[in-house]
Amino acid sequence: MQAATMSAPRQMRSVEFRKEREATWQALEEMIAAADKHGLRSLGAEQLARLPHLYRATLSSLSVARSISLDRALIDYLENLVGRAYFVVYGTRQHLRRQLSDFFLWRLPSTIRRARWHILISAVVMLAAAVAAFQLTRADLDHYYAFAGDMAQGRTPASSTAELRAGLYDTESQSGALVTFAASLFSHNARIGILAFATGFVAGLPTLLLLFYNGLVLGAFAALYHSRGLSLDLWAWMLPHGVTELTAVVLCGAAGFQLAHGLVFPGARIRMDSLREHGRSAAVIVIGAVCMLFLAGLIEGIFRQTVTSIAIRLTVAGTTAVGWCYYFGFVGRRRDRQDAAEREAPAGQAAQAQAHAHAPGRELAPQMSGQMEVAR
Amino acid sequence: MNPASLAALRPEEQSDLAREIVTPEGIPLRFTLARAGDRAAAFALDMLVQVLVLVAVSWGLSLATGGGNASWLTAMVVVLAFLLVNFYFAFFEVRWQGATPGKRRIGIRVIDARGGQLETSAVLARNLIRELEVWMPLRFLLAGGLMWPDAPGWAQLLAGCWAFAFLFMPVFNKDRLRIGDMIAGTRVVMQPKVVLVPDLAQEASAVPVFAPAGTRPVAAYTFSPAQLAIYGVYELQVLERLLRTERFDASYLEALRTVSEKVRQKIRYEGQVSDDERFLREFYAAQRAHLEQKMLFGQRRQDKFSK
Repeated sequence: MQAATMSAPRQMRSVEFRKEREATWQALEEMIAAADKHGLRSLGAEQLARLPHLYRATLSSLSVARSISLDRALIDYLENLVGRAYFVVYGTRQHLRRQLSDFFLWRLPSTIRRARWHILISAVVMLAAAVAAFQLTRADLDHYYAFAGDMAQGRTPASSTAELRAGLYDTESQSGALVTFAASLFSHNARIGILAFATGFVAGLPTLLLLFYNGLVLGAFAALYHSRGLSLDLWAWMLPHGVTELTAVVLCGAAGFQLAHGLVFPGARIRMDSLREHGRSAAVIVIGAVCMLFLAGLIEGIFRQTVTSIAIRLTVAGTTAVGWCYYFGFVGRRRDRQDAAEREAPAGQAAQAQAHAHAPGRELAPQMSGQMEVAR
Repeated sequence: MNPASLAALRPEEQSDLAREIVTPEGIPLRFTLARAGDRAAAFALDMLVQVLVLVAVSWGLSLATGGGNASWLTAMVVVLAFLLVNFYFAFFEVRWQGATPGKRRIGIRVIDARGGQLETSAVLARNLIRELEVWMPLRFLLAGGLMWPDAPGWAQLLAGCWAFAFLFMPVFNKDRLRIGDMIAGTRVVMQPKVVLVPDLAQEASAVPVFAPAGTRPVAAYTFSPAQLAIYGVYELQVLERLLRTERFDASYLEALRTVSEKVRQKIRYEGQVSDDERFLREFYAAQRAHLEQKMLFGQRRQDKFSK
């Protein structure tokens, strides 16, 4: 009996297993090292096509190793290798150009359509503040200082009507600093917009205040120019870029509210899950808004200072308004419908996958043994 | 560490930072969360890169334009600064699968907390929130007085605490999540090191044994099934760690001798042992073969205390 003991140098299954699979692991290891060093693109089409296969093969090796091998070093190696490969395989992978077109032709308008209630709230808050400030300032011009004190830049009730009018049709004075002005305006506005989104994490209260304050300034301005009979001139001056800019501000506010919604009212889901979903879609909206602010900066910095005709200014304003309505209302609808159809068809499968992803930390090795015996 | 007791060599270290995700293929993987220090270092490196890029580009532009068109120059620098501050991280994390130059240098990565694909929207979300997390406290620190000149002291203090609570969020939760990680559903983990070391069991059987030609080489030490039924997986892997210690000084030899004596005592090994390392290696191989055999039949003996 003694002769038949286990210590005879007969090959163990785990040793044989390692011998058989080692080449695959090393191929994957080399590929990952190359990708980490020189970027994924350095791999070339042929290798790139092999990568998922090698990854899956190694993943299944890990599974098998967990169930048949007690070599800790081997399991550690496979875990680490698969982890490294996982970064590459499940990191963001699409080409930038493809991603950009995807973003602007579908994701952005679609996300904005789904956020319509948040957008409505955001718009109502700003409009309400504007109307209130307008009425108050119209009743007593002294209120202007309270509402728009910081933003006045010399445009106050103390200025003469001629001065105010000149401000709206000023084309020479700034011509040199025009571009700088547009650029700093854009970066300032965009920063405030991003902040409006980010402060959504504080239950959205600062977002609310930012929107409200913005509305107050707008209303006070309108009341001041209205009191001098310059309403039409003011709107013609403001709206060409204002349509885009104000929409962007409203969108940033909506993004902040969406984040706050995810945090404060998670509904039936775990707070973290709800936050994650709302946060991602809010980020998409903010990126869209930043792009809009950039466009608004261009219009404001260049177009407005060179064109003074009210008719042309208002036409441009109207065109941008129609353009945005079309973009947000209709672009990417077809893909929305496709997605909805797909979601309905294999609803059972999707739910299953979801449940699986939620499975809380399962114990590693012991449970795997049942599943992956096929490998040999 | 006292190598005389097997239990003292714990194979699991830092298990409070280990997190498990389930890949889309349904295989659980373990990652170690990045430590706060690593993340701060990566962030500092990235900031350094941003500043350098900004300085270099402004300098290059001013050389190229010859200082002539100052307004265009300023405009470009303003826009560039904005883009750098807000999109530097997102750009690299999208292009480099969750790494930025700083993260790569330090060896950490961003992953999806649930194990799915790292989405671009998640990367954007986790980085846009820096406006609240980093820039606001920083601006407050550098220019707090300018932002709110006539504020009373207590209000400044309060605002400061408020702002810095966000900055130090990762210290306050067990998953080391930044606010950005919370709203995007991401985690920052250590990039594991990949080293494949030789199999101890194979080495053990490859030890040259002088056997008569034509017969199978026999191991110098043999163990009965009863002797192999004493230890479990845990002890086996502790032994593996000891044997893999790449150190050949007196204390290692001492440890080998003590462990070898303990094992012999425990399993009542009666033969003569002249070479402790050889004995332990062969015991390891035999023990592993035995336990793996059992495992195939669904019996995993966790440690020497399990039935």
